[in-house]
Formats: sequence, structure tokens, C-alpha cells
Amino acid sequence: MEIVRSHRQLAAAAAAAAAGGAGALPTYRAAPQLEVRLEEFELFAIDRLRVLKGISDGLSRGKRPEEMEKLVCELWKTHMRHQDPAETLNKDIISHFVLRLVYCRTEELRKWFLSMETTLFRYRFRLESPESQRMLMTEFQLPYKALPHSEFEVVKDKLSQVARSIGQSANVESVFFKVPFEEVPDLVASRRVFLSKGYAYVAMSQVVSLVVTQFRCNISKALVLTNRKWTATIKEQEKDRLTPIVEALSNAYFGPDYSQPKDAVEISLKDIDQLAKSSFPLCMRHMLDKLRENHHLKHGGRMQFGLFLKGAGLKLEDALAFWRAEFSQKVGSERFDKEYAYSIRHNYGKEGKRTDYTPYSCQKIISATPGVGDHHGCPYRHFGDENLRAALNKMGVGGHALEEIMDKVKNRHYQLACTLTFEATHGVSCDSGINHPNQYFSESQKVLRAKVGAVIYYTLTVFLVLCSYYLAELIFQFNMWGFNAQNQTVESQSTT
Amino acid sequence: MGRDDEPVDSMEIDGQQQLKVEGPAAVPDGFNADYLRVYYGKLFPYGDFFQWLCYANDGKHPGCDQSYVGRREFSFTLENDIYLRFQSFDSAAELESSIKEKCPFKIDIGPVYSVDPAKRHAYAQSGNNVFVPVERELIFDIDISDYDDVRYCCSGADVCKECWPLMTIAIKILDTSLRDDFGFNHILWVYSGRRGVHCWVCDTRARKLRNEQRAAVADYFRVYKGGENALKKVSLAGPVLHPFLARSYTDVLESFFEDKLLLSQKLFASEERCQKILDLIPDENVASELHDKWQGNSRSSISKEDVNAARWKQLKTTLQLGKHKAQGLRRCVEEIVFLYTYPRLDMEVSKHMNHLLKAPFCIHPKTGRVCVPIDPNNCDDFDPTAVPTLSQLLGELNAAGFQTDSENNWERTSLEKSIRFFRTSFLQPLLKACKEELESAYNAKLQQSKNSLNW
Repeated sequence: MEIVRSHRQLAAAAAAAAAGGAGALPTYRAAPQLEVRLEEFELFAIDRLRVLKGISDGLSRGKRPEEMEKLVCELWKTHMRHQDPAETLNKDIISHFVLRLVYCRTEELRKWFLSMETTLFRYRFRLESPESQRMLMTEFQLPYKALPHSEFEVVKDKLSQVARSIGQSANVESVFFKVPFEEVPDLVASRRVFLSKGYAYVAMSQVVSLVVTQFRCNISKALVLTNRKWTATIKEQEKDRLTPIVEALSNAYFGPDYSQPKDAVEISLKDIDQLAKSSFPLCMRHMLDKLRENHHLKHGGRMQFGLFLKGAGLKLEDALAFWRAEFSQKVGSERFDKEYAYSIRHNYGKEGKRTDYTPYSCQKIISATPGVGDHHGCPYRHFGDENLRAALNKMGVGGHALEEIMDKVKNRHYQLACTLTFEATHGVSCDSGINHPNQYFSESQKVLRAKVGAVIYYTLTVFLVLCSYYLAELIFQFNMWGFNAQNQTVESQSTT
Repeated sequence: MGRDDEPVDSMEIDGQQQLKVEGPAAVPDGFNADYLRVYYGKLFPYGDFFQWLCYANDGKHPGCDQSYVGRREFSFTLENDIYLRFQSFDSAAELESSIKEKCPFKIDIGPVYSVDPAKRHAYAQSGNNVFVPVERELIFDIDISDYDDVRYCCSGADVCKECWPLMTIAIKILDTSLRDDFGFNHILWVYSGRRGVHCWVCDTRARKLRNEQRAAVADYFRVYKGGENALKKVSLAGPVLHPFLARSYTDVLESFFEDKLLLSQKLFASEERCQKILDLIPDENVASELHDKWQGNSRSSISKEDVNAARWKQLKTTLQLGKHKAQGLRRCVEEIVFLYTYPRLDMEVSKHMNHLLKAPFCIHPKTGRVCVPIDPNNCDDFDPTAVPTLSQLLGELNAAGFQTDSENNWERTSLEKSIRFFRTSFLQPLLKACKEELESAYNAKLQQSKNSLNW
């Protein structure tokens, strides 16, 4: 891709051919030979990022496929669509390749980009006509032929049973592909296909899974290659032109990093219960309660809760003391030191491959699959109705607010439900919404500090008014003194 | 991370002394390093074990990958809980001498890596992540302790004849599906030594699965959902069941629940137990109707029919027949059966290539029992309480008299059946298939290079 500041000569058709893709949906197989203006380089990328970010939000709300389809369609229309289809295609391709540069640079960035691009592609593919879907299959060189009629007759009943089991009509579609089950992991995982002797019978309407597997695989490989190229040559070559844009782009839209506690806040061991009551989100309060009760948490819980505490500012030594105090009551401190301490140090990057692990985001927590005896996950998603109500009551949420929260839960807006809980317990609005348990914690602390400040301000004001009433002659001096005193108090409060 | 919840028992018996003092046949129960040393010295089937993990790459065939088995990770847990990870061995003899020397209390098998795991640091210098797992059996781990909310005979790590059948049906359901649905042929089931079973799917295709695909297989088997706070842990949506679930239900679960579990666990024997099942019925009216009925008849009628069977029958008729055929209730009977009987997998074990799993033929330190293979075709006959223990084997060895280092000491012990089964029913067919694959892959490669030469 050429990037120029001056005129551009667009050749959308050529671009389409180069990037692969028969019609409106490109497969991004190779970077197109076309010129792009520097402003567009950035603007297009930002527009695409808005789409991907929207998808990411949708996924973390646990939207159903139909809702996602609608969401993707709308996002695309708002941010990417141009009157001229050739322009749209152009923007599509350019923005994709720019973001590849942006998101190729770390494992975490690659993972996010790959998963969002794949989701985008999946839902765009579903909107394509059957003919163009067939053409895309050819494009991906999928070697599958439709199941011959004789074979189809043999398994027809089973195919119909699968269709009904996922709520479709019993009239079986007539075009099926018999593929190795490895090619359609998502369909296997959700039992949406009939399996026999290692083959999955994929209906024409499910072909998207096959194509998406291929798409994902291509992009994944390409990202690794792009990263190599980027570090080897592009970064240096473009250090005055593209590099700053690329680096700014990846920061601009990636939420704050909670792997290091913010503002050098530290929490200490003795405050944990108090803080849990005032500032922990429900998921973390619940795990603390269970830990205190059972003196044990299973692996998933230790990870989710342990990393949260780390993000909130609990130092390694305190973390070890905290977990030891509980676990030793159940397994003995010797066994704690032998078997559990390692993984806590591991979380802090002191063992194994020494990665400093990041606290889990809401998205990750919501998508967890807690099993027997597990307490991690998102209460709004994983609790039963009654248990959730009881837990919220315990937090002091009731009445209208509670019903509103339950309503969000019913519509699977788990993060909104958590946001409403925050608002109900803190008495302030939280416009940014809750995306991360550590964000919940720090927002809560902010609010509480401000409240403490406000109380002091209020008391001082009353005091001053009284003073001024009785000691009219000293009003002026008192005002001066009071003003300073207020500031000092507030400051000293916030530093303690 | 360990999952057993009691600390390791201290060694009470000085095995060495006991061994010398006692007569030839009787060896006191227990587990200790000295017993274990005899086991590793005389009984552990190194040859078969190592051959398995070579997957025919140890032959003379030019298609063999000679580095293959040497890239496999073994992990030893020593007596004092020291973990030795990333051990690797190029030959059965190397493995044997290392095990005999270190006398591990537990041997775990990890994945095959891209490079020799013992030399991973050397490769780490070059960056680029060259040390990655590339192959691993598809594995499953099922623990009876995960069934604590549905068994009343034991809890935790304890197992008895009443609850072990839960493991048996887990074997049946997974084994059938792995063969019929996924097309796998080389499946090894192993008793974990105390409270569960392990499954090793060893087909080449299974070993090459990516993590995402492993997760898909595990999810295909997952019915039990939700953590401790989910109301309904099994929820079957849709007007009919997926063929796999339907087959599991009619072939295994339904009859097991009604003929065995219902009675052996006395699922309706108390108010509390009944309530637990009634809680699973979404329609409160129906639940309270049944509740009232049972309150009445618990004291009065001394019918010949077992109370559990009678109440289950009542529940079934109420839910399935007559006026309650509403959408929500239609699935309820099946949901209850699935909740009480369907296999509960430890999902994380299956999802990732680099999970370690205890090797077959290890001895479980708490029970002293050998982790013997289980024949899935005769799994009903498997009795965990009859599995040979370490002391029993040593006693048998003593009884047979120490013959001077015979190759197959195990032939004179009750381990014989297990090793024979491992060899003939698992290893031989596996190696045959591996050799054929090797041959055809090699021929294809030859053909290809020939073609390119011609061209």
C-alpha cells in the first residue's frame, strides 16, 4: 500500500482484485497496490475502530447472534458506508490494513483485533446472498462438495433432529457439506451440527463457520508476518510519518491498562473488608465472602479475585499473607506454601514465564464458564434470579433500583446492570459505564473521597457561619482562615 | 495445583524393615518410598509405556521422526513434594534409569514440544517463541468429587460401590461419542487411583488438535453449566435433544437413573432430598402439588414399592402426561436425569495442550492403588476397591519368590491382567495404525518429490 500526501488515484476494482473477495466483502488476502492520503490513513482507521469497539461492547453484553447481526449492520452503516460502493470498498480495505499495522504489535492486541475482525466478517458474510457466499467459499479454496443425495438420505433424520434441537424447522435444508469436525469448532462446541465418524454435516446456512475458520486462520498468520515486517523495517522507515499515527491509534481506543495500580494507590490488608463493603463490585464481594466462609476458592476464583486485588493495589507480600490467612485454615499453612503460594507469585510475575498478569475485564469475566464449586464469573450473568436478588439486597439495593437492575439482567445487559448497581449504592451517576472491576473500584474510591471532602467542606461552612454570627468583627479573618483550612483538610484527607 | 484436600499422611511404617521381617506373602498396607522402589524396580512396564509414547517413531522406518519422543515432557513429583518439570528421555532405558533413581511419587505426562523441553532455555535465547507445545493426546479428567451435590453415600475424595457407577456411565457416554461421533479409535481409560478416571485419546488426529478444537470437543460434551449460584445447572432448550444427547439419554442415562441411582442413592428418601428435586421444576404449582402428595403418603402408606421409585413415577406422570405439557415442563424430567447422572468434566484439563496428566501405572500415594487401565467395553465390572495395591503386589511378588531379575515379574502378580489389556487392546492396534500412517505419509512424500523431479 502506497501512502501519499498528494492526489490519489483510486482504483477500487484493482484494489478489490488484489485484496481478494468477489463482491462487497473483501477477504483481505494481500495488501492492495493503491495510494492513500495520510489523513485518510488515520481517519479510515478510526472509523473502523469505532466499528470494532462497538462489536466488542456488544459481545461483552452477551448479545445473541441475531442482535449482533443487527448491531454489526448498523455500526457498519454508520461508520463505513459511502454513497459510492467503490469508495466503501476502498475504505474497507485501507482501514483493515492500517489496523493490521496498529494491532500486530503485541499478542494481546493481535488477539483482540483477530477476534473482532472475525466477528465482523462473520456477520457481514451472513448478510451476503447465497451466490456471493458460494463465490467466497471458492475464494477461500474450500474443497467441499455438497453431500450427494444418496448419502443425504441416510442421515436425513439425524439432520432434521439437529435442526429441531436448535429451534429450526424440521424441514431440512437440502444442501449440506460433510467436513472434518476440526473445521467447524464453533458449531461442534454448541452442538449445532450432526457428527458422525469424525465428520460434521454443515448446512448451507452454517457455511459461515467454515469460511470464518479459514478467514481467522489467514488473518492470524498475516498478523504475525506483519509484526515481523513492522519490527524489522517499517517501524524505522516510517518513524517520522506512520509510526506515530500507528502508536497513537492503538492507545487511543484501548481502555486503560489495569495491570499496574493507578496513581500509586495501595490498599492494605486490614482495609480489605471495609473496602469490599464500600467499593468492590458484586463479583469480587461475593468471592471475598465465599473465601472467608470456606477458606478456599477454586482456581478460576483465585485468578479473577487475586488479579483484581493486585490491580487495586495489594502488594505481593500482603497478597500472600491474605491468601495464607484463609487457606491455611483449611489446608494448613505448609500446604499453602507448597501448592498455592507459587501461583500467587506467578500472578505477580515472580514465577514461571514472569508475565505480569492483567486483571480480568468484565468481558472476560462474563464469558467465563464457572463449573461445580466455582464462585468466579459475573453474578449478573451466572447467578440464578433469586440468588442475585438476595445478593443485591445484601448490598442495600432494593425497590425500584433492584427491579431496574433485574430488567437489565433479563435483557443480558450485564455491565449495565453492574453500572446501575454502582449508581444505586453510590448515589451518583456513572456515565462511562462499568467495563472493568478495577474501574468500578477506582470510580467508587473517587466518589467516596469526594464525599468525605464535601462533608468536611460543609461542616466548616456551618462553623464559619456561626462564627461570623457571634464574632462579626472577625468575619474577614475567619473567612481567610477558613478558606485555607478547607483546602488543607481536603488535601490531607485525600493523601491519607 | 493440588486438588486433594488433606495433607499427605506421614509415613508410619518403615517399609524396609517390615519387608524383611514379614513372611513372604504378607506385606503391610501402606505407601512409602521403599515399597515404591521395589515397584519401579520389578513391576513398572517401562517398555510398553515408552513404546506407547513413541507412536511408532522408534522403528527403523525412514519415515520415523527420531526426535519425536525426546520432545515429550515428563514431570516427576518427588517424595518431598519437589516438582521436576520438563524432564525428557530419548529411550526407554533412559526413562527407566531416571525413574528408578528419582523414585517419583507421581509421574505426569505433558505435551510434545517443538524442541526438547530439557533444552528449552537454550532455544529461548533465540526469541521467536520456538518452545511451544505441538502435540498432545486429547485428555479428559472426571472426578467423583465433582458430583458431591448428587451423591449421598460419600463426599469429597471418597468413593464406594454406590457412587462409582457414576464414573462407569461417564466412561460409556464419552467412549461411545468419541468413537461414533468424532471417529477416534485409540482411546485409553485409566483409573486415577482414587476418585476418578482419566481418558487419553491417542489417534494422530486427536494429538494434532489445536486448543480451540479441543475446547470445542469439551464443550460438545458439556451439559452441566453455571457455578454454585446458578439456579438451573442443567438446561435443555429446544423441542428435541441433539442426537448425541438423545442417544446418551435413551441408551444409558435413563435406565441407569431409574434402575440404579434412584435406589442406591435414595434420591427421594427425605424431605430435603425431595425438595432438591422439586426445586428443579419451574412451575411452582406442580412442585407444591407433588410436595403435598408426598407429605401425605410418607407416613401412611407402607406400600411394597420403594418410596424412591414410587415418587419418581409420580413426578414423571405429573410432568409428562395430562395438563402439564407446557413448554417449560416438557424437558424437566430429562433435565433432572441429566443433572444427576450426566458426566461432569474438568473442562480446563481438556482445553489446553499443555495440561499435565498423571501417567497410567502410577501408584496413588493416598490409596496405594495402581492407576490401571479400564476396559470401556467391560467397565461395569470395574471395581475401584479391587484394584491392586502396592503392598498387595509386593506380597504377590514375595509369594512367587524373587526370581533373579526376570523380565516380566508382573506376570506373577495381579498386575498381569492390566498390562496384558494395555498391550493387546490398546497398544498393539495403536502402533499398527501409527505404522500404517507413517508408511502412507512417507510414500506420499516420496511420490511428491518424484513428481517434482520429473517435472
